Amino acid sequence: MAVINKDVVIIGGGPAGLAAAVELNKQGISDIVILEREKQLGGILRQCIHDGFGLTRFKQTLSGPEYSQRFINQVEELQIEYITETTVIDITPDKKVIAASQNGLLEYQAKAVVLTMGCRERTRGAISIPGTRPAGVYNAGVAQAYINLHNTMVGKEVVILGSGDIGMIMARRMTLEGAKVKAVFEILPYPSGLPRNIEQCLNDYDIPLYLSHTVTNIRGRSRLEGVVVSEVDEQLKPIPGTEKEYACDTLILSVGLIPENELSLACGVELDPRTKGAIVDENYQTTTDGVFAAGNVLHVHDLVDFVSLEAEALARSVAGYIKASRLDNCDIAITTDVNISHTIPQKISGFNDCKLSLRVRKPMKNCEIEIIQNDAIIKTVNLKKAIPAEMIQIKLDKTELQAVGEIRVVVR
Amino acid sequence: MNKLYDVIIIGAGVVGSAVAREFARFSLKIGVLEKELDVCCETSARNTGVLHAGFTYKTGSLKAQCAVEGNAEFDKVAEELDVPFKRTGKVVVGFHEGDRQSLLTYKAVGDANGVPGLAIIDKQALEKLDSSAGGEFAMHAPSSGILNPFIYNIALAENAKQNGVDFYFDNEVLAIQRKNGIYELTTNHAVYQTRWVVNCAGLNSAKISSMLGIHGYTLAGFKGEYFVLDKKAGQYLTMPVYPAPGPTGGFATHATPTVDGNVLVGPNSELVEDFEDYGVTPAGMEELIAEGVKMFKHMKREYFIRNFAGTRPKLINKETRQVLDFVVEARTEAPNSINLVGIESPGLTCALPLARRAVALMRKKEKLIPNKNFNPKRKGILCFAEQSREMQKELIEKDPNYGEIICRCENVTKAEIVAAVHNCLGVETVLGIKNRTRATMGRCQGGYCETRIAEIIQEELHKKETEVIYARRGSAMFTGKVRG
Repeated sequence: MAVINKDVVIIGGGPAGLAAAVELNKQGISDIVILEREKQLGGILRQCIHDGFGLTRFKQTLSGPEYSQRFINQVEELQIEYITETTVIDITPDKKVIAASQNGLLEYQAKAVVLTMGCRERTRGAISIPGTRPAGVYNAGVAQAYINLHNTMVGKEVVILGSGDIGMIMARRMTLEGAKVKAVFEILPYPSGLPRNIEQCLNDYDIPLYLSHTVTNIRGRSRLEGVVVSEVDEQLKPIPGTEKEYACDTLILSVGLIPENELSLACGVELDPRTKGAIVDENYQTTTDGVFAAGNVLHVHDLVDFVSLEAEALARSVAGYIKASRLDNCDIAITTDVNISHTIPQKISGFNDCKLSLRVRKPMKNCEIEIIQNDAIIKTVNLKKAIPAEMIQIKLDKTELQAVGEIRVVVR
Repeated sequence: MNKLYDVIIIGAGVVGSAVAREFARFSLKIGVLEKELDVCCETSARNTGVLHAGFTYKTGSLKAQCAVEGNAEFDKVAEELDVPFKRTGKVVVGFHEGDRQSLLTYKAVGDANGVPGLAIIDKQALEKLDSSAGGEFAMHAPSSGILNPFIYNIALAENAKQNGVDFYFDNEVLAIQRKNGIYELTTNHAVYQTRWVVNCAGLNSAKISSMLGIHGYTLAGFKGEYFVLDKKAGQYLTMPVYPAPGPTGGFATHATPTVDGNVLVGPNSELVEDFEDYGVTPAGMEELIAEGVKMFKHMKREYFIRNFAGTRPKLINKETRQVLDFVVEARTEAPNSINLVGIESPGLTCALPLARRAVALMRKKEKLIPNKNFNPKRKGILCFAEQSREMQKELIEKDPNYGEIICRCENVTKAEIVAAVHNCLGVETVLGIKNRTRATMGRCQGGYCETRIAEIIQEELHKKETEVIYARRGSAMFTGKVRG
């Protein structure tokens, strides 16, 4: 194999990869390539034909394909190299990237690797739903691909488990295509998805949402025949005696997303067990030198706009890395209290402005988020409402930061 | 259908397929009737995939004889049929004095059965063999191994097919009659005529026995549930770890690596009426977690990628409920029939030895002429992910479909999927592709590749979306087009 040298190899041509490529080019780094396994660029947005994308990034509402097309157009205009139908099968810690395509195995030697592989759906097996294993149990994203990309209808009588955004969007989508969506069940006492999707996808179509409920049995040998749903207690354990049977031929699961980091692990990237994504510093650099990550591969976002913005910030760091072949050391660790699930980044230098992305663990009202360094509160953010479904971002100015001393994020 | 067969085998599980393959060594016209849409759909698929050594079965029993015989020959069998197999050895671990006595008992049984190399080992030796195994001491059985049960069953059937055996899927035997020395087997689709019948119906072997006029067999269904763990857990476990059997015998939940690098934790054991209810229960899963962690220290929920259940049809004495030996017989009530009843664990290990015994029973009545063209070798689908980079490059040059990764968790290529779609048995289900290639078996459980597989099936076999079947009759994946 002839080794192809590149300044930057970008793994994945979804919203994060596209935004990173365009911004890198704008920063003067043009010796780059995007490797995409699908036939077209755009990633998961290709199947997200509903609107609501772009309100933050473009100040207007777009469908998924429209949103991604804006970036694809720029990639084309800037003549950024991309290769589709090419799957990366290995990345080494010294930044060799091996990819398989119909044209052969490709081997790249990159100065920097950008991980933008996105995420996958949590499955039935991962959460151990009891019952049989008939046809008709689909992850929401898979059902969305079948319906929106393959023109195949997955079922007629539908129950949805999980109030994640894709599940709610599929409730509306399947209703519009003539299916009867009987209900959405959520094991938590609060919804997992965004309030606007509860309004626009469920309430507008009279689809009931039952909180503190879960599927406790799946019936049917060949095709799904029905599910049993139970109420759960505060420990999320099903309450005996509350079982109710719903006849259905389709169960859609929207039970969480997991950053897709198999390739990251191959090149030695250390993961954060809380986000299931890489541990990164303020430059989005992982624990492997010259390997960067942004978007849903790093932590699951609720809005694609923030994916693009994050990837653009990453690109500016990568450009700095390519030009100077090093970045500031980031030795200041950021820790959180129990009510904050995580922060991105997990480490900063203290010398630069940076932005913290975080989520609360449970819905809170009239709360204060405090950023503490060396026992001093360096910033306070007041929020009327904070919910786990909505990512919170806090800007930190370098003038507020000290060069040493752990940072702690707490919510009161 | 008026073709007259010399031998018809009922059931295309591992035993039926092995019997078909062994009969194919002779000049006979052979057919196999299977009620499901593929081979390996019931007990043959729903087990731990262990090649047993033979130390738990009563000395002199068919179970003991066949297990030792089947174990000894398996390196050759695996090579002939291209079956993924590793002779890993196995440890049966104990925690207290009662367990030690149990292990000593089974060691004595194993020695008497002719099981090679059994040894009681201390904790230090156990940790050296497998640091992830629980237990204070163990019996080490070096001849035990692990194999891919789907591929073994498929390989036996494909080899039988290549040697002239006809397979009929979706054909459930509903009635058996014998007229003028010819059996008529009526299925949901046709009537098949044959001079000889072999009952390899597994879970339904007592029912088929009755249809043959052989009454009095009682099968008890023991359902066992399993967890499948991510390959990330597989890196820790080198060999099956079993608990010492209690006073009543029989193994409880164990942890077993698969040849592909996953870990199976299970089974538990529950007596069930409905042999084909493979639903997994919350109580069962809790039990597996509690018991599994004793065997495998790295058992964690975060590794779970799937669960499943299987049923072992144990032949029992109706009065005493005592579990009986395998039955392989030719009875006068049903002339020219060979009846295999109560084949459960270690059926995978014993399939070929049982098949040879079935052939021997026919041979007692008829002179069998060797099939000069019989070829015992069968090649499986080449696994792209297991090849060297150089070989991968060559493969893509020869067939560009090797360059298209369909299943990203297991790195299964389009070339492998297409080969599986065009399997020589004519199986067309999504599950059939899964069992032949591992596509959808990874941690995303088909999230990425299932849509692609459904598309390839439609393209390659010219099917409408409503004709794409997941596994069983009636398990359509789709209700139609969305529009148009």
